[in-house]
Amino acid sequence: MKGAEILLDCFKKEKVEIIFGYPGGAVLDIFDLLYKSDIKYILTRHEQGAAHAADGYARATGKTGVCIATSGPGATNLVTGIATAYMDSVPMVAITGQVPTRMIGNDAFQEADITGITRPITKHNYLVKDVDELPHILKEAFYIANSGRPGPVLVDIPKDIQNAVTRKKYPDRVDIRSYKPTYEGHLRQIKKSAELIAKAKKPLIYAGGGVIISGGSREMTKLARKMKIPVTTTLLGLGSFPGTDPLSLGMLGMHGTKYANLAIQSADLLIAIGARFDDRVTGKISEFAPHAKIIHIDIDPTSIRKNVNVDVPVVGDVKKVLVELNKCVKAGKTESWVKKIAEWKKKYPLKYAKKGMLKPQFVVEKIWELTKGDAIIVTEVGQNQMWAAQFYNYINPRTYISSGGLGTMGYGLPAAMGAQVGCPDKLVFDIAGDGSIQMNIQELTTCVLNKLPINIIILNNGCLGMVRQWQELFYGGRYSSTVLNTKGPHGKKGITYCKDGKCHSYLPDFIKAAEAFGADGIRVTKESEVIPALKKAIKSKNTSVLEFIVKPEENVFPMVAAGASLSEMIESMA
Amino acid sequence: MKHTISVLVENKAGVLARIAGLFSARGFNIDSLAVGETQDPSISRMTIVVKGDNAVVEQVCKQLNKLIDVIKVQDFMGKDFVGRELILVKVSVDGKTRHEVLQIVEIFRAKIIDIKTKSMTIEVTGNDLKVNAIFDMLRPFGIKELSRTGRIAIARG
Repeated sequence: MKGAEILLDCFKKEKVEIIFGYPGGAVLDIFDLLYKSDIKYILTRHEQGAAHAADGYARATGKTGVCIATSGPGATNLVTGIATAYMDSVPMVAITGQVPTRMIGNDAFQEADITGITRPITKHNYLVKDVDELPHILKEAFYIANSGRPGPVLVDIPKDIQNAVTRKKYPDRVDIRSYKPTYEGHLRQIKKSAELIAKAKKPLIYAGGGVIISGGSREMTKLARKMKIPVTTTLLGLGSFPGTDPLSLGMLGMHGTKYANLAIQSADLLIAIGARFDDRVTGKISEFAPHAKIIHIDIDPTSIRKNVNVDVPVVGDVKKVLVELNKCVKAGKTESWVKKIAEWKKKYPLKYAKKGMLKPQFVVEKIWELTKGDAIIVTEVGQNQMWAAQFYNYINPRTYISSGGLGTMGYGLPAAMGAQVGCPDKLVFDIAGDGSIQMNIQELTTCVLNKLPINIIILNNGCLGMVRQWQELFYGGRYSSTVLNTKGPHGKKGITYCKDGKCHSYLPDFIKAAEAFGADGIRVTKESEVIPALKKAIKSKNTSVLEFIVKPEENVFPMVAAGASLSEMIESMA
Repeated sequence: MKHTISVLVENKAGVLARIAGLFSARGFNIDSLAVGETQDPSISRMTIVVKGDNAVVEQVCKQLNKLIDVIKVQDFMGKDFVGRELILVKVSVDGKTRHEVLQIVEIFRAKIIDIKTKSMTIEVTGNDLKVNAIFDMLRPFGIKELSRTGRIAIARG
């Protein structure tokens, strides 16, 4: 078989359902075969869109996402998408074309050393120099991407290798002597954890994205409910524990709930599960969970003791470890702790003032009211991402999809596209801001042409809200480069919206843009229009763009300033 | 603290870059790095000498272990090991100093591997102490060129 045929054979054997990609000179042979094959592929409008779509597909389904791009600029356009997947442990295989082997290193047309460029942002990568090696490299790539702590793997295939012939077959199995992830937790460590849990009076579970990746949500929910242990999750842990459960504290950290952060600062035992003590979670590390012993369950040994010292580390697959832990754990006396937490939840709810212009939080709340957790919420990055995390209850794993680690603006729309392809029967929303939606807006075409009924919620505040918020709080209100709308009306360009004697101007006109791309566009400015507009979009089989003109000055609270202790929460603009 | 880290890796293209990348990403300067095949030609051993805070080096070692092409990582810090280095040093000599240099070479059980009217090239093998000691003795004669392998190491027993 030829190299390109080996690749397609690999896709079949790995049961790849969908490929996101963009053609070019160095992948012509692969696209020629795709044309003739029954493997489904989606042509995005930018390679970055292809990478994020593969990522969104992987997060929504747990399967490995696949994207293809040509050499040089095609490959470098994947970079942000690969780094995003790397930071959030998303299984992905990226295939890039490369200039013919004899030209590598000669500054050939559309040449880039993509294995060099992506070395620090991939779990592993390969430059294929011999077609005989291609079958086992591809097998390894798929195996590495979706085992252990998952991550992106890039395979760079020169054009001549795609055409070279080999007798080697795609292997059934792969064994890499230098790569043996630890799945089973050490039983002695698990017993020690159980002992700490039995003794604890104020235990708290701090759950991260690893719980969802390992499929351990059910086991963790069982542990929490049986042992009466409250649960707080990270941004990527949302959905690992039902947000409506009385034991749920929602998200912790910089924009976490006050009760979650209070619980962290008062707990006597912290059970960190599939989480990595990220700085957005811990705040000032020396003052994080000051009274707590820490159990840390994670499949990646490098996560353990990276940021905090732990009392009982357990290296292993979260689900497998929790199964063992559930067998031997006994409940401690947590009644008064659970009562205290219920009081905090009542006393310090998430809130926002409803007066004046439409509020972004209100829009998110209404999406919750209409869907009750039965939807996939994808977000962009910034305030929209935080409000989506705060004002929607996530009931099931893989229903909140967001770029947590890298914080990639422009992630949401293409990722929502991938999620919808992976879960065609699910209702998918992309909660966006007017800033981030413009970073990959070209993918609207892809959504419309592929009949993906995604609902894009643009919370249009006319500015880069999160950065503007920091400027308001910490930079004396100097809004340097964060105001996207222009001051005053500007005739026929863009739109103008006036409320209470104040006028705001907006460019672009997102409704016209939506229509130009073939999507439905609805603009909403009043609370009363929110539900009807959402209902209309949900019903529509077309891609819908819903633009909500919201209050420009609205901020995300509570907030813990970067580097401050979780005990120092800013609760409003005093 | 100075750490001597021994890393067994797949003998493949790109592995060195991956390993060097972990150090450079943290702004670590590698003091020395020596690579060679082991008894199994598909495996190479890298011996890396690096200065760094113990906790940071521990984290780097874990990260090294995480690289797909890395088979085993060992930090010799606090362990019983033998470390050796080989240096080639070209010293200026003339009729008057040649004899003195020869004496130093003999005392340190080093070797003369090349000799010309105005220079002498000496091969020295040993641990840091010995290598530095002979180097200090030779320095007054005028060092023309120096080439060092960097430390290689192996655990005792």
